[in-house]
Amino acid sequence: MPETWTPEAVMDIVGALVLAVGTLFSLAAGVGLIRFPDPVTRMHAATKPAVFGLLLVLAGVALVLRDAKVTTLLSVAVMMQILTAPVSGHLVTRNAHRSGDWDAAGAVIDELAADEESGAE
Amino acid sequence: MTWILGLAGAVLAVSAGLTLWRIVAGPSHLDRIVSSDVMVAIVIAAIGLIAVWGRSATGLPILLGLSLMGFTGAVGVARLLSSPGTVRRLFDRRKAMRDGSSDDA
Repeated sequence: MPETWTPEAVMDIVGALVLAVGTLFSLAAGVGLIRFPDPVTRMHAATKPAVFGLLLVLAGVALVLRDAKVTTLLSVAVMMQILTAPVSGHLVTRNAHRSGDWDAAGAVIDELAADEESGAE
Repeated sequence: MTWILGLAGAVLAVSAGLTLWRIVAGPSHLDRIVSSDVMVAIVIAAIGLIAVWGRSATGLPILLGLSLMGFTGAVGVARLLSSPGTVRRLFDRRKAMRDGSSDDA
């Protein structure tokens, strides 16, 4: 604990706390990867640290370093992650669906199967 | 503040271990792709943690590069892994197209 509660000290501690909460998302993803049964449900757990966990970690970094250049770089990193994460997610899920590597019994709706049957994909 | 960061580092180490276990155990290649995406996210978080611990912005460009290029691995492997059914459907469709054009000629 700091001797005096200056704004800088408070921002340091808040930043470290936000970063620690962000790392908990990684832990949730790790546990989900171990416990969930098939690739599609595992992806559900795996996408949490990639976007929201990253956002929290980088917010913590920005709060501790407190530099305009660093904050700009971190916002670009978050933006790129949000733009690129759906691309890999889409391709991996599509691949899982096509190879039948998922548990269709748990699905509420499966519109891609109808499209694949009719050849409209 | 140090013990918060130490706790965060321990959490990251545990989650990296769990993710590594899923990469090793599989059972399918898709599981390994998904796990390696998580591993990239963990590495990004670790670089952020190091930046906070040492109060230096030296490693942050690495973080930007990882967030830019992290998805290309998953995309590449997902394109390589096609199921036999998909390949057969594509083959049949191209064969039908080829036969159709030869009839026209």
